[in-house]
Amino acid sequence: MHSVVCIKQVPDSSQIRIHPVTNTVMRQGVPSVVNPYDLFSLEAALCLRDQFGGKVTVITMGPRMATEALAKCLSHGADETILLSDRIFAGSDTLATSNALSYAIRNIEKTSPVDLVFCGKQSIDGDTGQVGPGLAWRLGLQQLTYVTKIERFDTRAREITVHRRTEGGVQVIRTALPALITMLEGVNEIRFGSMEDAFRAAETDIECWNAGDIGPVDAATVGLKGSPTKVKKVFAPQPRTEKARMIEADDGTPRALADAILDVLIADYPTLLDDIKKSVATRRAEV
Amino acid sequence: MNRKFDAIVVGAGPSGDAAAYTMARSGLKVLQLERGEYPGAKNVQGAILYADALEKMIPDFRSDAPLERHIIEQRMWMLDDASHVGTHYRSDDFNEKKPNRYTIMRAPFDKWFSEKVREAGALVICETTVESLLMDGRKVIGVRTDREGGDILADVVVLADGVNSLTATRAGLRPAVKPEEVALAVKETHYLSKDIINERFNLKAAEGVVIEILGKITRGMVGTAFLYTNKGSISIGIGCILQDFKDYGVPPYKLLENLKEHPSIKPLIAGGQVKEYAAHLIPEGGYKKIPELHGDGWVIVGDSGGFVNAVHREGSNLAMTTGCMAGETIVELAREGRAMNTRNLRRYRERVEASFVMKDMKKYRNLPGVLHKNRHFLTTYPELFNQAAHKLLTVDGVDKRTKEKEIKRQFLKSRSLWGLIRDGISVIRAIR
Amino acid sequence: MAGTAVKKQDTAPAVDLSAWKDVWVFIELERGAVHPVSWELLGEGRKLADEIGSRLAGVVLGRPGAETAAVCDEAFAYGADLVYVIKDDVLGDYRNQAFTHGVQRLVRKFKPDIMLLGATPLGRDLAGSVATVLRTGLTADCTVLNIDPETGCMAADRPTFGGSLLCTIQILNYRPQMATVRPRVMAIPEKRPGRKGEVVEEALDLQEQEVITKVLDFIADEKRDEAQLSFADFIITGGRGLAKEENLQLLWRLAEVMGAEVGATRPVVASGWMTPDRQVGQTGKTVRPKLYVAAGVSGAVQHRVGMESSDRILAINTDPHAPIFDFATHGVVADIVQLLPALAEALEERLGQTGENQGEEVK
Repeated sequence: MHSVVCIKQVPDSSQIRIHPVTNTVMRQGVPSVVNPYDLFSLEAALCLRDQFGGKVTVITMGPRMATEALAKCLSHGADETILLSDRIFAGSDTLATSNALSYAIRNIEKTSPVDLVFCGKQSIDGDTGQVGPGLAWRLGLQQLTYVTKIERFDTRAREITVHRRTEGGVQVIRTALPALITMLEGVNEIRFGSMEDAFRAAETDIECWNAGDIGPVDAATVGLKGSPTKVKKVFAPQPRTEKARMIEADDGTPRALADAILDVLIADYPTLLDDIKKSVATRRAEV
Repeated sequence: MNRKFDAIVVGAGPSGDAAAYTMARSGLKVLQLERGEYPGAKNVQGAILYADALEKMIPDFRSDAPLERHIIEQRMWMLDDASHVGTHYRSDDFNEKKPNRYTIMRAPFDKWFSEKVREAGALVICETTVESLLMDGRKVIGVRTDREGGDILADVVVLADGVNSLTATRAGLRPAVKPEEVALAVKETHYLSKDIINERFNLKAAEGVVIEILGKITRGMVGTAFLYTNKGSISIGIGCILQDFKDYGVPPYKLLENLKEHPSIKPLIAGGQVKEYAAHLIPEGGYKKIPELHGDGWVIVGDSGGFVNAVHREGSNLAMTTGCMAGETIVELAREGRAMNTRNLRRYRERVEASFVMKDMKKYRNLPGVLHKNRHFLTTYPELFNQAAHKLLTVDGVDKRTKEKEIKRQFLKSRSLWGLIRDGISVIRAIR
Repeated sequence: MAGTAVKKQDTAPAVDLSAWKDVWVFIELERGAVHPVSWELLGEGRKLADEIGSRLAGVVLGRPGAETAAVCDEAFAYGADLVYVIKDDVLGDYRNQAFTHGVQRLVRKFKPDIMLLGATPLGRDLAGSVATVLRTGLTADCTVLNIDPETGCMAADRPTFGGSLLCTIQILNYRPQMATVRPRVMAIPEKRPGRKGEVVEEALDLQEQEVITKVLDFIADEKRDEAQLSFADFIITGGRGLAKEENLQLLWRLAEVMGAEVGATRPVVASGWMTPDRQVGQTGKTVRPKLYVAAGVSGAVQHRVGMESSDRILAINTDPHAPIFDFATHGVVADIVQLLPALAEALEERLGQTGENQGEEVK
């Protein structure tokens, strides 16, 4: 079976810093990573391949630098990678991105039919979770999002059964291939690739496609032109005007500090103890 | 089937990169393994780049390496509680076409250097930890990594995995590093606009200042502090021998807080925003603790070999130089078709000994011991010198001769004549 | 998929904006219960509708029967002027294809200016498909919604760069302007039972055999471990400062005394020490308790956006430079391993005391 996994390279948001003077995002030295949500989908695709055979192709749309993210996927065990890169794709929002990716996947199909397309639930930078649905619609795929587990795959009947997270539980749903799946975060852990995977990642020359390779591409459907949403401005969140009032105790013991804290809290919030009692009582009642 | 390389370099810091670069450029098949996510992920430094060491490998590094400021002034301060006395040197000559020292930020710099290593033809694989060396008797024949199927063979392994030198220690090639042989240093990066830095430190364009500090700021522990100017930020840090931290019980971040509050330092960093905090260990064992540097199928370079000049705070250049020398030795042996055994690899040691690297390390070999036995060097003397300066520079109607007598009396009272003589001898021993 | 042409006309032609009116809110009805976020959005939708001078409508899809009708009444109580409803057995369980079909039918016929959905698994799944099918714009996980006086369009603020920054997004030339909002970001409006409105019913026009996905089962979550963070008055969250898994019990102990829910930051969940449903933050839950205790939490932006609406925040961290002290109400530089047990003890004592002032013991 052939799975195509769509990934995105994003700045590692845990290391993003705002420059305190210029208030801009400091990209210098912030490493780029594979969008963490995509890795859950990649792992699911790799597990299916391990069980049913076939291959996993990872594709991303981005600048040349995105080859790093693809190399990372190779190091996790992906079989093939493709970079879709062209100036006309720049400035794409999610609708335009799904347009471009769908052209590319159609191109992949020419040599190797695709059974499943995996996407990450959303990206951490930009993040509307709409690329998946866009691809599903354009390519005629059944859409399965928030999947927590792939329970069953019937190769003969070409049907897949998954668990899908919903409010208060999971739906067990079955649909026909081809399908698009986005995995919920935390449902698996991306494997640590073998040494051979690591070598492959370091030695492979990533295949790059431009618009001409997947065309003809209608320029009005991709890039900035193809994006119905417009970013009006980017700004730093308003800092809460006051910093924390620090609490200290003269006597350095934890107990003295604890008492000092309670004193301050109660002074600021007189009904604290009563509210706590109510809360405790309510919780006891629920058990 | 296990892959085989001419050389495997363990670690992608300055010494590892220097070795890998040198070997790959000469056409050897080199694999470099780094345990961090990317080269530089695990590296922390002040940081100062010594152009000389890098130039020997990449003469035109200035064209595209990420450099902060080139250094035109060095200040050396001895801090008392609320004052400092010291010396400094500044010269416009350092504004030459090829400045000798720069401040750098390790993250972008390591990335750049690693790119060069890759361009030279080495295979660089990150997020892979060397767990042990593969041995055939006492001969090192390769490495075992934490990845599945991770045994890789090589004619020689260059151990460049940093101050703790885990790989070498585990393989029994060198003794474990002890707490009295390393310093724990903590640093912060304070963001300050370029213009403010220029104004405050009297600089123009990309000129930079380095301040090396010692004194009561380390509360009697053996250590130093520093303040470097980067393009749009200040690096400030302090470190002491790890064993001293354990003995004295003062947490490193507290020392750093005190440093930042010191009246000589505070105005220099005023208005800055702390945006990064890092800690690292620095080898401080000196010449006497340099381990065996080579053996059958292996060599040790950089911090792994304890190559840090404590007096001049040089480390990264020694790392690059030893890495480069190891690389050159291995290339030479490969060209001559010789085995990478203890006897042949001795050429590496010889190179290092003939160079400023070992000569400088040897010169200061007694310093660690002297300082350890004479902590008053870092407390009493800074006090005395500061007080002396204060006295001499205060015009208060007392004649100069009386002042000098006063100062002499203070010194004698504090240390006694015999003490002063002994101290003098110790200092000479330490830096001779 | 082989042989299927990529659909042409990938962007909608320019629309006559004036033909699109009203603010719609999708009312998320699943297995007989409405997700509270729908009511929160009615409150927000009311504000938007009033500002542009249009009506507020709820959109309800469900199976035929009394429960669907009851939902319409509740929508009126929360402020909807009218409700568009489709009742069909095919809509009994949520399925992307069926619901997308229904919603887009309503949209094409009645042309809403703005449509809001909750950013729940269902809402996000549905919103993505609907926006795609209608070839319009969608802004997800919005935190603030306004009408831009200049353009008359909705201006939606949302986090970007992993939450480090915010951006304002507008959809100028396409309709409807769609947005999803996470639960608890907006406040629930006042409920006025008995308030009336207009019900507009439409047919689904989709047969069961046309729907390719089948629902085989529903497996409910086990009740006991489910965290009720979203509506808790008191929350205590542990971050990386916990250092060791065994320190979790310090959190639980204090939470018990405080009557608090226990939350976690992303690193703690990633380490497997706590389940993802306890995660507070940008990719976790948004909470607004009366008191939020952040124990060993650095206060990175990704966490901050999930809890900064708390009435009061008490932050405990050993690092005096931790970003959390930039916005917490009260701060303490201390080791939680020492402080949490002391707090539990001190609090327990005070709670006991205030309950016991019923007379002195005679000695």
